[in-house]
Amino acid sequence: MRRFEYLRVASINQAIERLSDEPGAKLLAGGTNLVDLMKYDVATPTTIIDINDLPLREISETSDGGLRIGALATNSDVAFHPVVENRYPLLASAILAGASAQLRNVATVAGNLLQRTRCSYFYDVMTPCNKRTPGTGCPARNGLNRNHAILGASQDCVATHPSDMCVALAAIGTMIIVQGPNGARSISLADFHRLPGDTPEQDTTLQNNEIILGIELTPAPEFQRYSYLKIRDRLSYAFALVSAAALLTIDDGVISTAHVALGGVAHKPWRDTAAEVVLVGRPASRGNFDQFASMLLLRSDALSENGFKIELARRTVVRALEQAASRTPQSQSDKHIH
Amino acid sequence: MDRGPAITGKSIPRIDGPLKVRGQAKYAAEYEVPDLLHAAIVSASIAKGRVISIDSADAKSFPGVVAVLTHQNRPWFWPFSFLYKDPAGPPGQPFRPLYNDRVHFSGQPVALVVGDTYEAARDAAALVRVSYHREQHSTDLAAEVSRAYKSPRRRLGLAPTPQPTGDADRAFSEAPVKVEATYTTAAENHHPMELFATTVEWGDKTVTVYDKTQSPKSVEIFLKVAFRLFRRKVRVVSSFVGGAFGLGLRPQQSVFLAVLAAKALKRSIRLVIPRDQMFALGYRANSIQTVSLGADKNGHLLAVRHRAIAATSRNEDAQDPMLNFSASLYRCHNVKLAYELAKLDTVSPCDMRAPGAATGMFALECAMDELAYATNVDPLVLRLANYTERDQSENRPFSSKALRECYAQGAERFGWAKRSHAPRSMRKGKELVGWGMATGVWEAAMSPVPARAKVRLLADGRFEVTSSITDIGTGTYTILTQIAADALEASIERVVVKLGDSALPFNPIQGGSWTAATSGSAVQAACNKLKKKILSRAKQAGIVGNGQSTELLSPAALADLLRLSDHDNLSATATIINFPFGKKYTGATHSAVFAEVRIDEELAVVRVTRLVCAVAAGRILNPATARSQIIGASVMGIGKALYEDAATDHNLGRCMAHSFADYHIPSNADVYEIEVLFAEETDDKVSPIGVKGVGEIGSVAVAPAIANAIFHATGQRIRDLPITIDRLARSRD
Ligand SMILES: Cc1cc2nc3c(=O)[nH]c(=O)nc-3n(C[C@H](O)[C@H](O)[C@H](O)COP(=O)(O)OP(=O)(O)OC[C@H]3O[C@@H](n4cnc5c(N)ncnc54)[C@H](O)[C@@H]3O)c2cc1C
Ligand code: SF4
Repeated sequence: MRRFEYLRVASINQAIERLSDEPGAKLLAGGTNLVDLMKYDVATPTTIIDINDLPLREISETSDGGLRIGALATNSDVAFHPVVENRYPLLASAILAGASAQLRNVATVAGNLLQRTRCSYFYDVMTPCNKRTPGTGCPARNGLNRNHAILGASQDCVATHPSDMCVALAAIGTMIIVQGPNGARSISLADFHRLPGDTPEQDTTLQNNEIILGIELTPAPEFQRYSYLKIRDRLSYAFALVSAAALLTIDDGVISTAHVALGGVAHKPWRDTAAEVVLVGRPASRGNFDQFASMLLLRSDALSENGFKIELARRTVVRALEQAASRTPQSQSDKHIH
Repeated sequence: MDRGPAITGKSIPRIDGPLKVRGQAKYAAEYEVPDLLHAAIVSASIAKGRVISIDSADAKSFPGVVAVLTHQNRPWFWPFSFLYKDPAGPPGQPFRPLYNDRVHFSGQPVALVVGDTYEAARDAAALVRVSYHREQHSTDLAAEVSRAYKSPRRRLGLAPTPQPTGDADRAFSEAPVKVEATYTTAAENHHPMELFATTVEWGDKTVTVYDKTQSPKSVEIFLKVAFRLFRRKVRVVSSFVGGAFGLGLRPQQSVFLAVLAAKALKRSIRLVIPRDQMFALGYRANSIQTVSLGADKNGHLLAVRHRAIAATSRNEDAQDPMLNFSASLYRCHNVKLAYELAKLDTVSPCDMRAPGAATGMFALECAMDELAYATNVDPLVLRLANYTERDQSENRPFSSKALRECYAQGAERFGWAKRSHAPRSMRKGKELVGWGMATGVWEAAMSPVPARAKVRLLADGRFEVTSSITDIGTGTYTILTQIAADALEASIERVVVKLGDSALPFNPIQGGSWTAATSGSAVQAACNKLKKKILSRAKQAGIVGNGQSTELLSPAALADLLRLSDHDNLSATATIINFPFGKKYTGATHSAVFAEVRIDEELAVVRVTRLVCAVAAGRILNPATARSQIIGASVMGIGKALYEDAATDHNLGRCMAHSFADYHIPSNADVYEIEVLFAEETDDKVSPIGVKGVGEIGSVAVAPAIANAIFHATGQRIRDLPITIDRLARSRD
């Protein structure tokens, strides 16, 4: 860990000012990711700007029937909020599939969006890593990569985004509200996380001097058909090998909307709206789910050790869709997958 | 003699439980010592080569930093490696941190930063820049198979791999039924909950070392010799040890470096090894094994061949009893074993719970399951058909062997009779159900090294039992209290047990499951002696009471005795020298483990929904603590079967499973029902108190039972541990 200054800010503008003045400054929310990375010397901020006093915890319904969630709302606050439980159960389920109760009690929405990859090279400063130290190389590409990306990876980085929450947000459709020195803007979740390309050090399109104020969920009807299915190396407390978030509306056995996002497979939550279209107007059948899943993974590419994830992802999507269609979403406490 | 109801054999709650839940049990890193300095390790990023330079200017000028020690400025220590031998060490040259510029393994300490605070040391450690001259390394066991060799030197105290009997090659080639397969097991890290740590209190006359170790006595001797501390009194204290699983059998890098720094700076020092550096302290050797079984059509074994190649370091021939049970578990007259090592650029492997057996028996017990399917005989019936009452490798009987009862009771509790033999024949919903079983075996022996214990009558009528043995979380405090209480006909409240201190009566290393038998026997002998003494003193003093020993040992009678006798300090010491077992018997604990798995047919997600472990381990001193041992070992077995893998990047020669996010052990959700049964076993030969020990046996058979259950569920024979989802998927597709 490197020495740093600690600043507890009282206003959003104060935070933005400091971020603009000091490129090495970092915001601190729950700290469950940032402090870990500092302990491993992966993150070396010069100043920690503690934003926990800022009024960014509120969860409120928007006039158009969506939901606005403050950046500092904890993962637990969100998962157990009545509106989320009723109208966005997919989000609640995905959050509860991640980490542990203790972590969820402090981890925040913004922190979760910005959590960094779990690639074990990235975490170990004794090894090269383009994401951590640009230009040093990517040992995962020819090394231990069984849990690395099968979609959208680059020569320079094959890491995945580890969040569960974000996979649900991608399926639901979410705007990220951010503020910088020039005012506020919103970024759709699809454009928020990036693919690594030749600048893997950049996880998102958020600017260094911008702060996330909150997120806005697309309006959603009550009692949707949904499921969040996470496959991992043990039954709990592990990051996804692959996960699938599925949202369906079905009228008379025919699919009217289908939103599906994949986690653990790419540098960002993976969603392919073009592929989703083929499900619309078709019966909710296994054959159709199969076909869709194959389309979703059409452009997947295996590394030396992670080829199994392609078929696993395909099957996980199919099962999540089946669970959604039959209104039997995956339980996150009973580890039996039905 | 009138004795109250025996306390041994009862489920007495842990004596040290209240201390632990209140946080009052002190561990090595928790001792308050005045003017303490703190140290942090800078470790090597390469696997093999030389340190060319160490730039510690920034670290030295960091606020609070006192010193940066490297091989260039460390204090003198002996250049002869034989002076660093310890009783648990294998043949070879023990690794000495900061000895010279050679890098032997990734993660090796290359510098030690000492500061006023832990934070200063840790933060400055990150500023030390080391440059290396790299050499070609090899950390991949599979790539070294052609260079495997039989170690010419055997580890002290390790029984040799049994010699061949009959003609296994011929018997195998002529056998009507053959199975032959290669199995691999991953390197595993011990990862006890408590981090390795040492606090050294440096004084002019005395050096007190609070250390996490399984043997305060070996650490004391090691330090005296290695650091020439003969003019000082060295005392090593390990009152509480938060698990060790074998990683604390040898003096660890932490104690070496902490004492090195204390000596250099003449200051008290604390060094805690963080989790991400723990993987470089030692590991269970990974292995590649080939088992060939020949049998008749009914599954009677005609030939057993078992070859194992295990990892070791360049500097030592790490060895464990990997194949020692392959010749004796089943009846067979043609047995051929080959135990070989292959050198890698890693730290030396180190005993880990049920060392060797957990690895070797995985291969043998999976091969037995393969034979069950090759002969179409139920796996349990197959084992019974090959049951042996004698240890044929030594041609002698077992001191006791209730394995048959383990099979029967375990099968009954599990409901094995309802199993359908064919793979993929049981399912529930979308899950395939598999039932598998395996046999476990571990040696039951007293320590070859004598053990001592002292017991003293205190002024308040309580008895104080002392022994240098540690309690590594197994319940040693509790069972020794029970043994003493029974011997002295006292309630457990009247017995005070003090352990884990090299100043107390000598005991060997806590390991090998021999502690209860060895140290327990010593405690019992000392108590018997004291009792005799008390009774005769009472007689001399004219205290008669009702003539019963219980009354003469009661607080009231003892108060009288203390008043009348000129000795207010009645005590007795006893030494137990390895029980005269002779070569007449083989001592062994056994187990039969039955496992149920449920596996999602499409997604290959495995759940171990039930384990029944039936164990025969002689006399059970405390069913509660013994059961905990078996449950803990079973959870470790689940980890071995499904998760644990100290995965190494062979390009970098570095273990990348350096946190609990990468090195998976079972979480609560991964552990369903575990039932433990103890088959009754009376054994008056194995130790004076009839105890065999339960520390290791629980770890042996769980992984093969799960692997066999996975085969039964899926029809897929995965011969590589851990059985991860990708291995299941690959074998299916
Ligand atoms: C042991 C463990 C297991 C875990 N398992 C899972 C899992 O299974 N699934 C899963 O999804 N996650 C898991 N996580 C990750 C966890 O979800 C994240 O650590 C957490 O969500 C981060 O939130 P935080 O508030 O603590 O972020 P912090 O650590 O405070 O911040 C993370 C990053 O976000 C930035 N930041 C925070 N707030 C803002 C803001 N308002 N505007 C701009 N930038 C901001 C910080 O500067 C920092 O860079 C696990 C974490 C741990 C430690
Ligand atoms: S995959 Fe990305 S994060 Fe991992 S080592 Fe390569 S560059 Fe670094």
